[in-house]
Amino acid sequence: MLEIVYFSNVSENTKRFVEKLGIPNHRIPLYPTDEHLQVSKPFVLISPTYGLGDDETSVPKQVIRFLNDPVNRSFLKAVIGAGNTNFGEKYCRASEVIARKTGVPLIYKFELLGTPDDVATVKEKMELLWKLQ
Amino acid sequence: MTATTATGITRPVNWNKLEDSIDLEVWNRLTSNFWLPEKVPMSNDIPSWATLRPEEQKLTMHVFTGLTLLDTIQGTVGALSLIPDALTAHEEAVYTNISFMESVHAKSYSSIFSTLCSTDEIEEAFRWSEENPYLQKKAEIVLGYYRGDDPLKRKVASTLLESFLFYSGFYLPMYWSSRAKLTNTGDLIRLIIRDEAIHGYYIGYKFQKQMEMETQERRDELKAYTYDLLLELYENEIKYTADLYDPLGLTEDVKHFLHYNANKALMNLGFDPLFPKEVSEVSPAILSALSPNADENHDFFSGSGSSYVIGKHEATEDDDWDF
Repeated sequence: MLEIVYFSNVSENTKRFVEKLGIPNHRIPLYPTDEHLQVSKPFVLISPTYGLGDDETSVPKQVIRFLNDPVNRSFLKAVIGAGNTNFGEKYCRASEVIARKTGVPLIYKFELLGTPDDVATVKEKMELLWKLQ
Repeated sequence: MTATTATGITRPVNWNKLEDSIDLEVWNRLTSNFWLPEKVPMSNDIPSWATLRPEEQKLTMHVFTGLTLLDTIQGTVGALSLIPDALTAHEEAVYTNISFMESVHAKSYSSIFSTLCSTDEIEEAFRWSEENPYLQKKAEIVLGYYRGDDPLKRKVASTLLESFLFYSGFYLPMYWSSRAKLTNTGDLIRLIIRDEAIHGYYIGYKFQKQMEMETQERRDELKAYTYDLLLELYENEIKYTADLYDPLGLTEDVKHFLHYNANKALMNLGFDPLFPKEVSEVSPAILSALSPNADENHDFFSGSGSSYVIGKHEATEDDDWDF
């Protein structure tokens, strides 16, 4: 199975979504002083959108730092976005930016903590993606 | 939390010493989103307003006075009632911003009215808002908790207002927008919707922080209270919705939108969604009105477009994207 790597700030919405998936996962460290995360297996990245939602600031700095490591980038298979449709065209912008910059597909978007249907859909997509590897 | 502590020392707010990073994050987000209704060219909607049937115009005005009432409550009572129980001095400052923006929202509906409607029509619509039993009940339920003595229940009521109660009203301008009507009004409402998302997220987050300090018994009580209050408000909201939208045959579609937003309000408070997918799927027209593509929506000649943004610029370092 593909693993999950995710970022979640102290409000932990994304963390709670990931916990419901029951898939092996790694959390991207929150603080610059935390130990750098380097993965060694293929994974799907889940990222919320922060800042003002524009291309330059939407991706959390921590996610950028994680992806700047070429080893991490080599294992990235797909992206999932977390957000809120209230932000209109900026909804899940970070995941769009990451997909574009890294050339991997954006496979799903969900809001806030995610509904049970979101959890089921992401599980299905993760299995499908694994079969395609 | 107040500026003066129990020991009698008055403390100034120190933004260089944060206790909760979310306070600064949300403050920055809110201040960068700052806007005023005067900057949205409402007069471009005059021709479109004239194409609405009289009952559609009346409905629109009623919906907007209903929203004005909620913004008034949130601006002058709701957000301020959260200040005494704030956990940090920065949290207090964020509530003052929320409070002020709610007053801006309330004023923006008057800005729409003064552009599109006559004084008599405006008077009628405000009278309607004072006499509509469902709208008044909605206000009464929420105000009851704002004036009550339970700080956590105040936060729940506040989050439900921000993330759920507004949406029976927000539906209509999104509906018009999806049919290319009142598009500048739609732009203004989208600015409000964006603000409310941050308000709901923040108050819901602070609720969860305070919940962490409570006993399991009290947490269970607050969870049950949240679902009870939601259902109480929901029952009233359904009647309010039918009262407004039955004549246009839109009630069922609005209900889906209500369920969808009720679920999001619960999630903002850290709870599981209540309404199943079948009844909370929002019609594609409304979803795309909420999330217009900036390029397609922007109409140079009418000045329409949700690209109203001031002061958005932050340079990224080169090595940020040095893949």
